[in-house]
Amino acid sequence: MEKFQTITSTYVPLPIENVDTDQIIPARFLKATTREGFGDNLFADWRYNKDGSPKTDFVLNNPTYRGDILVAGKNFGSGSSREHATWAIAGYGFKVVVSSFFADIFRNNALNNGILPVIVSDAFLTELFGSVAKNPKATLTVNLEEQSIRNNENGKTESFEINPYKKECLLKGLDDIDFLLSNKDKIEAYEKNRPFVY
Amino acid sequence: MQNNSSSINQGDLSPSGGVGGGSLHAPRGQKGALFDKIWDAHVVTTVKDGPTQLYIDRHLVHEVTSPQAFAGLRERGLKVFRPGQTTLTADHNIPTMGQDKPIRDEISRFQVDTLAKNAKEFGLTYYGLNNPKNGIVHVIGPENGYTQPGMTIVCGDSHTSTHGAFGAIAFGIGTSEVEMVLSSQCILQTRPKTMRINFEGKLNEGVSAKDMALYMIWQLTTGGATGYFVEYAGEAVRNLTMEERMTLCNLSIEMGARGGLVAPDETTFNYVKGREFAPKGEKWDEALTYWKTLKSDADAVFDKEITFNASEIKPMVTYGTNPGMGMPIDGTIPALNDIDDAGKISFEKSLKYMGFEPGQKLEGKPIDYVFLGSCTNGRIEDFRVFTNYVKGKKKAGNVTAWLVPGSWQVRKQIEAEGLDKILEEAGFELRQPGCSACLAMNDDKVPSGKYAVSTSNRNFEGRQGPGARTILTSPLVAAAAAVNGRITNPI
Repeated sequence: MEKFQTITSTYVPLPIENVDTDQIIPARFLKATTREGFGDNLFADWRYNKDGSPKTDFVLNNPTYRGDILVAGKNFGSGSSREHATWAIAGYGFKVVVSSFFADIFRNNALNNGILPVIVSDAFLTELFGSVAKNPKATLTVNLEEQSIRNNENGKTESFEINPYKKECLLKGLDDIDFLLSNKDKIEAYEKNRPFVY
Repeated sequence: MQNNSSSINQGDLSPSGGVGGGSLHAPRGQKGALFDKIWDAHVVTTVKDGPTQLYIDRHLVHEVTSPQAFAGLRERGLKVFRPGQTTLTADHNIPTMGQDKPIRDEISRFQVDTLAKNAKEFGLTYYGLNNPKNGIVHVIGPENGYTQPGMTIVCGDSHTSTHGAFGAIAFGIGTSEVEMVLSSQCILQTRPKTMRINFEGKLNEGVSAKDMALYMIWQLTTGGATGYFVEYAGEAVRNLTMEERMTLCNLSIEMGARGGLVAPDETTFNYVKGREFAPKGEKWDEALTYWKTLKSDADAVFDKEITFNASEIKPMVTYGTNPGMGMPIDGTIPALNDIDDAGKISFEKSLKYMGFEPGQKLEGKPIDYVFLGSCTNGRIEDFRVFTNYVKGKKKAGNVTAWLVPGSWQVRKQIEAEGLDKILEEAGFELRQPGCSACLAMNDDKVPSGKYAVSTSNRNFEGRQGPGARTILTSPLVAAAAAVNGRITNPI
């Protein structure tokens, strides 16, 4: 996993609520056995017509909107546990997803892949959609060290929550398996001394 | 990946870390809830200011969310830490006709073959195609006795919450987490908050666990239980059979919950007893002693508690593109004015996709497809309910029906009870087990623009095929739709 660094970038607005992982990556694209290539099918059914041509009214097909940050409506990533959704977001090039609410499994999957889910207030989110509607070149600064997100268009800053352990993992580019494997002795000790053995 | 994880601080063992010693009693847990007791009995260690390292008793694995995890093990030169606690099946990506022949779709076949190869390489139990124990992962776990009270169970599938019906902490995980569990039999998780949902009173005739779940998700919305682990309680829950409890717990994820469980009781013990991988003999007595301690204390504290009156629930249907967009079968779709401003764009987008109008009734609406199956409603009781309704009637000419048992054992039972003959006489055909049209990874895709009355769990855009329009219902409502060709109140 790459180390997460402070990002200042333009952003892509998706003001839809309850975007589920079936929209992020439809099931028919889950047949791969590697993590690569999912970015091309990110939001496939919203992004492409049946013949594969781009749907011009979808935001990813609008060259006005580009950037490392996706800003989406409330309850992003609900539904299926498919990590392919995170791989698609990462594959497309997003490093941060901003919303006012995330589904649990999606948030875990994102953190496990170096994608930072940033939870902001509903008011801050509404302003982000407003800022980019007025100026598509509006930028955001996301600073993980300080746990802050700044709307550079209006200068407003919010702080966001992240588990301290996960923050350290992202900043150092570590993953959970390294940690778990270093605890093998504790796992074996647990197995010998538990309330009930299945 | 740098291997300097030791730089991450580890805290002391949690208080529950020392509960062992074979007391055959669940610890009281943090606040006395059943969830707390099971959680605390599985804590290996807790990271300071961070997640808990939780021990996993049973890991269920399927072909779609595992190949990258096995590849990860290979890259790191690791073995599966506890192969005996890992069970594999192929279900998501398989055809439901002609399973004796090679899978036609080359990429699907490669994915299923990859699972078989991984099973062999890592020495794991695998129930592949045509194995009598093959079926949907959340159907075969319980029916073979893998799923037991008090366990922690994970699978790279969000409907793992199904197994909570036995009084287990069961939840869906991502592929990175599958790799964690394969390599260490543990997972790092932040402790969720607890919620108790009580269904007081009795259900009316013709109202099922599926209707309870759709009612609850309608009330709480699709994100209403995010961050929580739910315990279902109350008279109506106690009265449910194990299969009905599985349906209820299965849908916990559809309101965002990490999982949902029901405290084990005689119904649970009777179901588990005698199943192939359930404890036997003395071990059974020991297990039973322990399992009987698995309930929330009378003074247990929940972070949130909600009570519904079961007798107010009617058969439910969904009208939108998430499971929270539901209503009683005789209800009307909300008017635009009833939706808050931030949600209006999504609401209108959803109705446009479904081809419905605000304020519209769905009763009487013609439909095109019926799907009976999935980890939500693909068990023998679901087939009994469906068959009982269609017996002596005929499938409507305008309806294509896919009847897909959740496993080979379910299909065998259908045949043993002669339900297949009754279905055949009514114009229905039984298919072979798999996830099928629930997520349409195989050929069972509902065509664009067509309406499917489905006993599955998700009505997301494109879930049952690109452009497909899903209406979620119980098996009984699905049977009525199949016979009448339109949304029909069965009671």
